[in-house]
Amino acid sequence: MEIKEKLVEIIAKYLDVDADTVKTDVPFTELGLDSLDVAELVMQIEDEMGVSVELSAELDTVDKLADYIAEQL
Amino acid sequence: MNFQGRVALVTGAARGIGRTIAEKLASEGADVIIVDVASPENAAEALDAVKAYGVRAAYRCLDITDGEKVGEAVNELVKEFGKIDILVNNAGITKDKLILMMNESEFDAVLNVNLKGTFIMTKALVRHMMKNRYGRIVNMASVVGLMGNVGQANYSASKAGVIALTKTTAKEFATRGITCNAVAPGFIDTSMTAVLSEEAKKAMFDMIPMGRVGRPEDVANAVLFLAAEASAYITGEVIKVDGGLYI
Ligand SMILES: NC(=O)c1ccc[n+]([C@@H]2O[C@H](COP(=O)([O-])OP(=O)(O)OC[C@H]3O[C@@H](n4cnc5c(N)ncnc54)[C@H](O)[C@@H]3O)[C@@H](O)[C@H]2O)c1
Repeated sequence: MEIKEKLVEIIAKYLDVDADTVKTDVPFTELGLDSLDVAELVMQIEDEMGVSVELSAELDTVDKLADYIAEQL
Repeated sequence: MNFQGRVALVTGAARGIGRTIAEKLASEGADVIIVDVASPENAAEALDAVKAYGVRAAYRCLDITDGEKVGEAVNELVKEFGKIDILVNNAGITKDKLILMMNESEFDAVLNVNLKGTFIMTKALVRHMMKNRYGRIVNMASVVGLMGNVGQANYSASKAGVIALTKTTAKEFATRGITCNAVAPGFIDTSMTAVLSEEAKKAMFDMIPMGRVGRPEDVANAVLFLAAEASAYITGEVIKVDGGLYI
């Protein structure tokens, strides 16, 4: 799925790790991202994908974020 | 101090303390964006004064309480100037009255500009600063935000709010190379204080250990200190510029 791949790519680059190490079903905190990191990534995603994301505590994994963005597009 | 290569945005800089800050930053080599609700004609003098230093300069007529317009304008300005390194949240208003005489709209209006406007500007700019891993935010508080003042329930509360907002901003963005500090002026000679009665002024002078009012330059010097690259390890601080008024 394209959106998810794009998200993983952005996160991998941000964390400076390999894309296959980015799990999509675990909370962002487990990926080593704090809340400010997530906010920053979302801003980047908004810019790159032309979507608008209302951040909430429920959007805490790549999978959930990808579903959310798919709905916006 | 050298602000060469830095871009600064100063709100409420069409006149008064903000204008002096804008000019001082320009005199040290910073490109300067002036934001104010004043008409372009009324801001022309301030803009020309900044331009005289040979830096890039712009004026944007903008109400800092209008989040949508602020967002649009900031995006345009970042495109135009490439980045914004320094934000000076200086715009502010007063509507002085005793609590017993003050109506809710007078309370709201002052909170809206002084506190919410500072939040709106900060939010709009900090996302760009985060990308650059660099930012200097300086908020204009007031000593009355620390000590209270008869007739200024709305204003003193707004400035106390600005101080708390300064500290929270400092904490939230500390890991991103962004500092946020406040300057708390005492009694400064500007049009904001010119409206005070001679009696009120005399009462104020009597309370100032230095026995004189401050000049806009006194405040601007503190702002430039905090806005400098060298002040990287200072954040969440409040510097009083008040001739000893509040000790
Ligand atoms: N003068 C003093 O003694 C004193 C003391 C303590 C703190 N301060 C603070 O210093 C700052 C500057 O004060 P000053 O004495 O130069 O005041 P001033 O009234 O001379 O200048 C304030 C500027 O802010 C602008 N402004 C007002 N509302 C605005 C809005 N919604 N959007 C954009 N711009 C707006 C005004 O048009 C004006 O140009 C204020 O925050 C004030 O509270 C002043």
